[in-house]
Amino acid sequence: MADVALPALDVEEAALAHGPARRALAAMWRFARRKPLGFAGVAVVIVMVLTAVLAPVVAPYDPLATDYGAMFAPPDARHWLGTDSFGRDVLSRIIFGSRTALLVGFGASVVGATAGLIIGTASGYFGGRIDMIVQRILDVFLSFPLIVLALAVVAILGTGTFKVILAILVPMVPRAARVCRATALSVRESPYVDAARACGYGHVRIILRHMVPNVIPPYLIVLTAFLGQAILLEASLSYLGLGVQEPTPAWGLMLQGGAAEYAESAPWIPIFPGLAISLAVFAFNLFGDSLRDALDPKLRTL
Amino acid sequence: MRRYLVRRFLMMFPTLFGVALFIFVLIRLLPGDIVQLRMAGEGGFVSEEAMQQERQRLGLDRSIGRQFVDWMKGLTRLDLGLSMWTGRPVTYEIGIRFQLSLQIAIMATLIAIALALPLGTIAALYQDRWPDYAVRVFSIAGLAMPSFWLGILILLGFLIAFHWTPPMVYVPFWVDPWGNLSQLIWPALATGYRYSAVATRMTRSAVLEVLREDYIRTARAKGIRRKLILTRHALKNAMLPVVTVIGLEFAFLIGGLVVTEQVFNLNGLGKLFVDAVTQYDYTMVQGLVLLVAFVFILSNFVVDLLYAWLDPRIRYR
Repeated sequence: MADVALPALDVEEAALAHGPARRALAAMWRFARRKPLGFAGVAVVIVMVLTAVLAPVVAPYDPLATDYGAMFAPPDARHWLGTDSFGRDVLSRIIFGSRTALLVGFGASVVGATAGLIIGTASGYFGGRIDMIVQRILDVFLSFPLIVLALAVVAILGTGTFKVILAILVPMVPRAARVCRATALSVRESPYVDAARACGYGHVRIILRHMVPNVIPPYLIVLTAFLGQAILLEASLSYLGLGVQEPTPAWGLMLQGGAAEYAESAPWIPIFPGLAISLAVFAFNLFGDSLRDALDPKLRTL
Repeated sequence: MRRYLVRRFLMMFPTLFGVALFIFVLIRLLPGDIVQLRMAGEGGFVSEEAMQQERQRLGLDRSIGRQFVDWMKGLTRLDLGLSMWTGRPVTYEIGIRFQLSLQIAIMATLIAIALALPLGTIAALYQDRWPDYAVRVFSIAGLAMPSFWLGILILLGFLIAFHWTPPMVYVPFWVDPWGNLSQLIWPALATGYRYSAVATRMTRSAVLEVLREDYIRTARAKGIRRKLILTRHALKNAMLPVVTVIGLEFAFLIGGLVVTEQVFNLNGLGKLFVDAVTQYDYTMVQGLVLLVAFVFILSNFVVDLLYAWLDPRIRYR
């Protein structure tokens, strides 16, 4: 035990001496040692984000360029992960697909969780009849599985990347609101909220300035838990043909379009996009789990 | 206790009414008219007159309030209206597919329980040793893998290894048990894996928690055999949260079926739902949404009942 703790102490001391850059490095090092799985998750997430941002640089081909001379080409030196039924490079499509996955994943989770944060905190703050009515409305939204509510929203709005973000964030709002409300109820009883009320501040100011910052830990937990789910949901909707539409590269979409029919002759078409989805969700889950451990050890389940 | 349950039961109805109202009104309020979308979607010019006629046929020319009251009236007779696509009753379309989806759901649940209980217990007993790590990797992978991809991989595996695909035509279990199982076991496995991952995590943490309790230490101090402690004292008490998760996830299973049925090309409720969404079949969408919400709320209620039954300490007021 002692010989493990010592080098960490050294790093900390070095950090104190050498400014913020070193300190950040030291913090990262500590995180990597204490939570190797969480660190691995964060590392994959960072690589994914970089890939998405640098997609035009990293991808060997244009993801939309068809090459009818090279349809169903197996993986080789020219096309590392082979080509699909239109002769499009699978690797390039997976790289550009990460843009769709991250855009939908972050877009839906951040907006959904934030809306839930505000609704849940306000509901907990006001309490009484308002709280009861809000809770009953949330109950209505909570009585569907995620994908069923998302599909219902698609049925109403139609398909396309931004509508999919909307469809995915709708079912997330009540889930985030419920968690944030529970914390808000206890925050409301704290002396500083009483003090703010005694100062005569308005409801909006008390909710946003005094309550919301203290509901941030459960909010972050919910937000990171949503990231993986949102990516999974986007892939499912796109697979069903009710999400992102062709020719936009999206992982779920790559599994659709007869991927199963060509499976025997061109197994690389269904295998690699699925791997990409699993890896992304896996990384976000690990990241979320370790964040939850750090913020609230009581909620630990694995 | 009884009063609580009665109240809890009655609370289901306002929620269901809210679901019905929400889906009904939203579908009709938002821009984009079904008739226009459907008739113009096929290309070619459609006269305003023909569209008006179609609206009248579907009952869309009346006021929203009127339509809703009619729908609710029908609902009291368990009549969900006619499908806007096939013209047959929604309840009939649901009825002919219900059996298939229910069977997959039950099989997936059994698979999940059969995997989760032993694996979760083993992981807890060997905490932080290799069986624990193996189980954790297995369950984290289950949470990350989309069930439809797992389904595709299963089909792919059979194709490559045996040049075999599961039968395409559904036969009821009592007509041809073997044919039935060889078709439905695979989608059940694909959906059950994710389900088992959630339940395994829960079992592991529940057993871990119970093993730290005082009464386990007491039992050990009394010199009771390990196996007896595990079965009589630990597992029995660890089952409570596990039952909850299994019950709650059963409702989520319906969501999983939506995608899995597509992969295996099964004509169940999930496929019906996806088709209804793509065909703008609004009576079907609202009927299915209501059905799913009903199953969901009902299974939450059953979980509550089980809770009280399993843990005599719990007394609802």
